[in-house]
Amino acid sequence: MSEIADSGGGQKGGKKRAKKQSTRIDMTPMVDLAFLLLTFFVLTATFSKPKSMELTFPAPPPPDQKIEEVKKGITFLLSKDNRIFYYEGQFRAVADDKGPATTIAELSFDQSSLHKYLLDKNKPMQEKILALEKRFEAKQLVDTTYKRMVREVKADKESYTYLIKTDDQATYKNVIDVIDELNINVVGKYVMVDIMKSEFDLVKAKIGTN
Amino acid sequence: MSKKPSKGGAPALDMTPMVDLAFLLVTFFMLTASFRMAEPVVVDPPSSIGMVDLPDNHILVTIDNNGRAFFGISNSTAKMAALREMAKRYKVQFTEEQIIKFSGLPSFGVDIKDLPKYIDAKEEARLKFQPQKGVPLDTITPNNQLKDWINIGGTEAVKVYQAAKAKAAESNSEFKAEKPRYAIKCAAQTKYIFVKDVIKTFTDLKLYQFNLITSLEGGGTVINPTKK
Repeated sequence: MSEIADSGGGQKGGKKRAKKQSTRIDMTPMVDLAFLLLTFFVLTATFSKPKSMELTFPAPPPPDQKIEEVKKGITFLLSKDNRIFYYEGQFRAVADDKGPATTIAELSFDQSSLHKYLLDKNKPMQEKILALEKRFEAKQLVDTTYKRMVREVKADKESYTYLIKTDDQATYKNVIDVIDELNINVVGKYVMVDIMKSEFDLVKAKIGTN
Repeated sequence: MSKKPSKGGAPALDMTPMVDLAFLLVTFFMLTASFRMAEPVVVDPPSSIGMVDLPDNHILVTIDNNGRAFFGISNSTAKMAALREMAKRYKVQFTEEQIIKFSGLPSFGVDIKDLPKYIDAKEEARLKFQPQKGVPLDTITPNNQLKDWINIGGTEAVKVYQAAKAKAAESNSEFKAEKPRYAIKCAAQTKYIFVKDVIKTFTDLKLYQFNLITSLEGGGTVINPTKK
């Protein structure tokens, strides 16, 4: 390939023999070019497709249907400067016979805060799912059965439902971080909800004081 | 070593295999390369553990730091059809060349009235195009162009998908394309209320499933509960 047969076309009658020349051609420029192109394409190639997170938003319920009340709920309230607050259970503006007025506590996006909080809250479910995962990995469960069982565990009525609410200052990153953390902790049910005025005021008061 | 050094000059080295390989690789990278034009905005999405690949067939809404929305369709046939429909609805004239040129462009963020000018602009001019305010998405006034783009774009993308499916069924060949999905790509520091507006636009159209584009989680920040 690198050698080109010496064509004797130029010689008349083959009488005179040209002085034997090297038939090798200098491939250096070609190789240079080849590697230049190679480098260019290697560097511009993008192999990794962007990754994404699948998220489903709830469809608004039909108007005549009664909205089911969330029994065990934890609400996260996101605000500016990466601050995150939460409260458990129903929101109560003032204390009534069911319990005291709602107060909010602060968490942070640190590993030791939000992650740990969710880990504690979601322990029973997580253990169940991990047990299922073990059985699945040990090939005691079929793929579809495993998926169905995980779904059943996640739909457990006794487990918490997480509500994510944002005020007007929260960033997209915070929202994704919370959803991510919920996913890491294999939380069953979470939903994005609009913030209520009373909650918004509570967050505002909290930010104002410290 | 046993050979006598050849007369004068460097010893010849047979470069053939190396050259073969180099050209093989060049060919490979050339054929796999897909050239994209510069996006009108650079958006830095937040990281997550989401491991789902972004489907090839998607309708993408990009939201930048200032809440401007940009719209794009990955399938060029659907994109051309969507532009035709939009032109009819908004009574804006496009020439055939403009429509073809539009199908090769990345996502755009201009009012449909400015779109013909935007398409005709040179690439550098297009990046600096004014007013690039994002596709209008007022949820209150009737001027929600993004909603129409998503609606029409979605319909056209599904049409293209079904046409391809029918064609594959006819010729009994394997059908691999996937249904179009809706993706949202948003900068990390964008205020969530802007994203909410876009999501509201989607949910108004009864579209509830999205792929939120995120970058891969940086190493070591996440403790996997299974490793506990």
